Amino acid sequence: MEAIRNDVVSIHPRWLRVTHWLNAVAVVILAMSGWRIYNAAPFFAFVIPKDITLGGWLGGAIQWHFAAMWLLAGNGLIYLSCNVASGRLLKKFFPISPRALFADVCDALKGRLSHADPAHYNAVQRVAYLVVIVDVLVLVASGLVLWKSVQFPILRELLGGYEVARRVHFLAMAALTAFVGVHLVMVALVPRTLLAMIRGR
Amino acid sequence: MNTPHANWLVDKCDTILRDARKEIGRVVEQPARRAFLRRSLTLGGLSLLSGCALVDEASIDTALSGISRFNDKVQGWLFDPNRLAPTYPDSMITRPFPFNAYYGEDEIRQVDAQSFRLEVTGLVADRKVWTLEELRVLPQTDQVTRHICVEGWSAIGKWGGVPFASFLRRVGADLSAKYVGFKCADDYYTSIDMATALHAQTLLALTYDSQPLPPRYGFPMKLRMPTKLGYKNPKHIQAIFVTNTYPGGYWEDQGYNWFGGS
Repeated sequence: MEAIRNDVVSIHPRWLRVTHWLNAVAVVILAMSGWRIYNAAPFFAFVIPKDITLGGWLGGAIQWHFAAMWLLAGNGLIYLSCNVASGRLLKKFFPISPRALFADVCDALKGRLSHADPAHYNAVQRVAYLVVIVDVLVLVASGLVLWKSVQFPILRELLGGYEVARRVHFLAMAALTAFVGVHLVMVALVPRTLLAMIRGR
Repeated sequence: MNTPHANWLVDKCDTILRDARKEIGRVVEQPARRAFLRRSLTLGGLSLLSGCALVDEASIDTALSGISRFNDKVQGWLFDPNRLAPTYPDSMITRPFPFNAYYGEDEIRQVDAQSFRLEVTGLVADRKVWTLEELRVLPQTDQVTRHICVEGWSAIGKWGGVPFASFLRRVGADLSAKYVGFKCADDYYTSIDMATALHAQTLLALTYDSQPLPPRYGFPMKLRMPTKLGYKNPKHIQAIFVTNTYPGGYWEDQGYNWFGGS
């Protein structure tokens, strides 16, 4: 009886909600300070407006970046361990079939994708969340190469060397930022998903 | 019993019960509510990072500096003295190699080769003053490595000079000391950890691209470490000292990470 009740009541377990919001804090700090660091030596034809960057100057931005990285990494490890150990990763995100993904993308584009059961992820959500997990792993790996290019030679060579790793780090940031943008729009469209991520139901 | 009075009593009891249930509900809900409040405060805190004065800036600075010191320790622990930075063929040298300092190119210091003296002090057996000629006759080596700036850009250059480890051994430095500090003719100063000072690729560089080090790259000598960011590589070195007292550095004292290396 108790077990059934919990199933019905809780969409997101407590560990998931806590790690979600801690991750949100880490990502916002890392992105905003990272933009200030990028501005010190931009490799594209644009800089990020100073008003949306964090840290004030390069040294300050680096301090924020290299503090929040611990939060991202530690919190991310806890999230992944809980996700795998609880079986949630397998249960919620798999299976993914190309057919289901195609059907759900079509429905989404027609504005007909069902969110009737917030406990169930549709194929688009499954792919989006898995891609963003991999994207954060790429951010961490390329970040390690930028921070410690001598100490992680295999990672450095895998990512094409220091200069390529800079671009990889930036593009992975851009992908994460795009995800956050779409994520926020979806939450605005289906506000009870926000309540679920706060209260668990 | 089915009188209006009895009905009133039942209603009253119902109301009391309902209220009580609400009260209990409130108490039960409170931890969750508190957690929510705490979370929204954290999120609210984020909006303050951008400069509002509601969060004490001094305490944020203290916390960030503390984490930076912690990162120094982690980096010292991660540093493998036997791991070498990648080297490149001469054809990959960046030309022209960029000039970089805390001042502009028009303020490059001119050091006179004849009157130049290098002072070596602190925890060393031989507190000698060196002339440029004496340094030039020591065994030399050169290497083509990537210089990585804290700003993110990088450039490949070729430096030649005396392996710093052999120099430290020659002057009888206490190799168990924590720091090696540098004072420069351009009023720059910095310091490094002993493990990096003894790294095989750390050079007391006297040449750039097989020519005597030009003033723009730090004549008559700079410390070249491919395992450290640019600001850790002092130019125009006049004094080297070995110490156990944290010496800091020009940029490090303003907030750049002290270890500053890969």
